[in-house]
Amino acid sequence: MPKLPAPPIPPQFLPQPPRPGTQRGRPRTPLEKGAEAGKSAVDWIDERTSLSGGVRWMLFRKVPKGTNWYYTLGSATLFAFLSQAVTGVFLAMYYRPETTGGAYESVRYINNDVFLGQLVQGMHKWGSSVMVVLVFLHMGRTFFFGAYKYPRELNWVIGVVLLILTMTMAFTGYLLPFDQQSYWATIVGVNINGTGPLIGPYLSDFLRGGPEFTATTLSRFYAIHMLLVPGAIAAMIGAHLYLVAKLGTTAPPWQRAAVDTPELVEEKV
Amino acid sequence: MAPNRRPSKSKYTADRGTPGAFEGETVTRRRFMTGTAHGAGALATMGFTLPALAFAIGPIFKNQSLGWQTIGTPDMFPDNNYIPAVMVIAPGVGEAGKSTVYVRRRNPAIDTQPPSEFNRWVAVTSRCSHLGCSVRWIPSAERFICPCHGSVFDLEGVRVAGPAPRPLDRFFTRLHDGFVQVGRRYSVNSELRAFSPRDPGEPLDGIGQYLYPSRPSVRI
Repeated sequence: MPKLPAPPIPPQFLPQPPRPGTQRGRPRTPLEKGAEAGKSAVDWIDERTSLSGGVRWMLFRKVPKGTNWYYTLGSATLFAFLSQAVTGVFLAMYYRPETTGGAYESVRYINNDVFLGQLVQGMHKWGSSVMVVLVFLHMGRTFFFGAYKYPRELNWVIGVVLLILTMTMAFTGYLLPFDQQSYWATIVGVNINGTGPLIGPYLSDFLRGGPEFTATTLSRFYAIHMLLVPGAIAAMIGAHLYLVAKLGTTAPPWQRAAVDTPELVEEKV
Repeated sequence: MAPNRRPSKSKYTADRGTPGAFEGETVTRRRFMTGTAHGAGALATMGFTLPALAFAIGPIFKNQSLGWQTIGTPDMFPDNNYIPAVMVIAPGVGEAGKSTVYVRRRNPAIDTQPPSEFNRWVAVTSRCSHLGCSVRWIPSAERFICPCHGSVFDLEGVRVAGPAPRPLDRFFTRLHDGFVQVGRRYSVNSELRAFSPRDPGEPLDGIGQYLYPSRPSVRI
């Protein structure tokens, strides 16, 4: 098995050999003891899981020359998703999916009465737009850099699935505050779904949980928004990242490999 | 096995000759065991996924009707102007489930469909046939106008301008114990022929009625 590359640890953090002449049995400082405890805990886990190899494989990869700030858009999207996940989990602690005023009232309560509620709800609300924008920027980077080409086509496909799931999240989340705006936006949105030929009408019925917009619709959207799609997104992100680590990233298109091109000479016949 | 013997062609008999196999058995016990374990696992998995899936998509196939709702008395509705009335189109969501319905008495000079027990009053929905916004009846212009994308409908609910793909939907009406009642919704094409209710945005003329089939949940 080939040796994995060593993590780039700065020299001052590498274990130092004792200076010549110093006492070997010197009592250790509390800081050293703490570091030892941490190391032995990590070693205990690593001895039983061999995780460190995988972590090193995932994190300490070689990247091509010319890698630039555009390559951070995927990580930015991931960060936006994590922010949505964390704020969403805590919003679920106060939110009630009731159509007869409970949903609107609970969102009003989060915004006006809960400590930092306005901030958390605001982060979730604006963060969703940020995530959609970042997904498209990341997609544009991939497209214009030609990073979707062989052997990375499958990662592009997974990315498109993630784009659709993100849009589903944005659509289902829009209804949850249950004010006039979200109510009518969802009516129009479901009707746009219905304009798909043949399966459109059935898709509308599925989304609404019936022929009309009822209490079932809200709880259905809530379940899709906080259980079904986040799980699917997390799984898809896992596959996406695995393929990124497995296949590596591409160099920007303007980057040329340094090859020795033989000088052209006129052929003498 | 003799070195010159051709390899067995069938994968089903590939395990022949393993210790304990009977001579001449067509499916080896190892293969049978594997198949049984996989089959039992698939059966158990379907045992919870299929009911859960049916549970989620069940409402598509359940016919839902709210029955007849009283909206007024016969003398409330003239035959040349619409009077708004409020009816419930979705139960259990409070004010959000209510919708305006515009009602007038049937006028033989305008309404050319054959008279019946269920169209003595013309009840037109306020839901735009484009994307479901609320249209408003403007009496002075004798037009329904949608604020969202500017669809305009005439006295019969037929589109005269805008992006709407079909006329406004209608409701069955009847006289019951001296009160006017509205019942189920139905959609009409541009010749005012009745169809099972469609959602907004779905055309009914020409190929439209086949591209956007009626749904079991509201089929009449």
